[in-house]
Amino acid sequence: MHNTAILFLEFGAVVLGLGILGALALRVGISPIPLYLLAGLAFGTGGILPLGTSEDFIATGAELGVILLLLTLGLEYNADELVTSLKGNARAGLVDLLLNAAPGAILALLLGWGPVAAVAMAGVTYATSSGITAKVLSDLGWIGNRETPVVLSLLVFEDLTMAVYLPVLTAMLAGLSLVAGAVTVAIALAAVSVVLLVALRFGRYIEAFVASPNSEVLVLKVVGLALLVAGLAQQLQVSAAVGAFLVGIALSGELAEDAHALLAPLRDLFAAVFFVFFGLQTDPTKILPAAGLAAGLALVTMITKLMTGIYAARRAGIARAGRVRAGIALIPRGEFNIVIAGLAVAAGAHPDLGALAAAYVLILAAFGPLAARLVQPLLTKIAARTA
Amino acid sequence: MEVEQTVLPGIGLRHEFTTRSGRRIGVVSHRTGRRDLVIYDPDDPDRACETVKLNDEEADALVELLGAPRIVQRLNAMHREVEGLVSLQVVITPGSRYDGRPMGDAQVRTRTGASIVAVVRAGRVFASPAPDFVLTGDDIVVVVGGEESTTAVADIFASG
Repeated sequence: MHNTAILFLEFGAVVLGLGILGALALRVGISPIPLYLLAGLAFGTGGILPLGTSEDFIATGAELGVILLLLTLGLEYNADELVTSLKGNARAGLVDLLLNAAPGAILALLLGWGPVAAVAMAGVTYATSSGITAKVLSDLGWIGNRETPVVLSLLVFEDLTMAVYLPVLTAMLAGLSLVAGAVTVAIALAAVSVVLLVALRFGRYIEAFVASPNSEVLVLKVVGLALLVAGLAQQLQVSAAVGAFLVGIALSGELAEDAHALLAPLRDLFAAVFFVFFGLQTDPTKILPAAGLAAGLALVTMITKLMTGIYAARRAGIARAGRVRAGIALIPRGEFNIVIAGLAVAAGAHPDLGALAAAYVLILAAFGPLAARLVQPLLTKIAARTA
Repeated sequence: MEVEQTVLPGIGLRHEFTTRSGRRIGVVSHRTGRRDLVIYDPDDPDRACETVKLNDEEADALVELLGAPRIVQRLNAMHREVEGLVSLQVVITPGSRYDGRPMGDAQVRTRTGASIVAVVRAGRVFASPAPDFVLTGDDIVVVVGGEESTTAVADIFASG
């Protein structure tokens, strides 16, 4: 009984604190993710206000946060869009993968963290935050821009790559042998293909099962299905997150929109808890030593993302200013990168990896949207001078 | 004129075209039903310099405003093609005899031989109105027929 009181007090204080930080971020016009991470650092061991009893509860909440993040991400896309994006943008997508996974992997190898950490760091620098980028596009009125489909297709490609990457990473982190690892990856690939196929051909049957005019029933069915598939995926060592993502993709149309709208508040709560939890796990005293390295890595991967955007937009016949905007829009890193680092930390990868990833995401989640905000006046000025 | 359609994954669809004068405009249809009217920057052809969010009602209103004069235009074009055929727009004066009465009461076709093809009310076009369509003040009645018969219709609505 006493414990419950302390749990509520602590958890309530954390969530309320996040709400106040979120309001602050909204006012300044930045993503709240870096602030959530900072809050986690403050509450963690060695921080200013270490939490006592609620850490276990927050850990479970964080797992739910990852599932909900991936589920709602999957709900945003339908299988048709994924297939068309894959066909039209495979080349730009591969350039994106090569240019942006390399810096993280190379740094990890140079630091002597070993191949598993290198694969994890490759993921940390590769994935653009689709959440932050989507917000930047809509805040700055870039949705109607002609380079925006290029940016969105790259994000779709990255998310699909994640469906293959996460199982590979999970297998490597679990220290599976080459054969066992290959089996896991094969299962993951088969699962992704089957889900895409089922969604394309028989999507209406799944929808008929899940659909309900009652929002309560709909939420329970969608969340239940996602958790069930996530658990099954985790059991097969395929990564729970991918399972939830696939459930999201299999659902489409009006049903997916309704579910997305209903789950958004739930996701916001648990995703915020997830970012705090990642901060909790990171030793704040290691952040400062990692900051210089993180800043260097951030600078390099900003340039590689910029190059990716410029390349992809040029292929799509976009003029010079639009190419730069496409590159800038791809800079923010956020939720996925922390999810990847979180997996690596939980599996006991190099102890400094968490601090480096946290500092890296802190920089790019904050600076990415800011760069996008600053670039347009600059481009207009340049255009006016050359005209 | 070619309308280009682009899929915006996670958002919806975008349609765009370039006008004869070289301006590019488009419409972003969000899955949520929201529509954005987008006007592109002439100096930076990929940038939306104006984005106007429209809800269902506003989008409908815009469609009608753009569409209504087109119907009258088409009618004018039609009567140029068929010699002797005239289209006339007659305004129903508020408080006049047919304000608030069904259109059929005027017995336009029987008395003059001309046809009422549309009624325009507050920018909305009611094409081929039925005889029980109730007219109100400031309605514009579009009549098609011969020179004399259309003038006769104007007289009917003016005096009764």
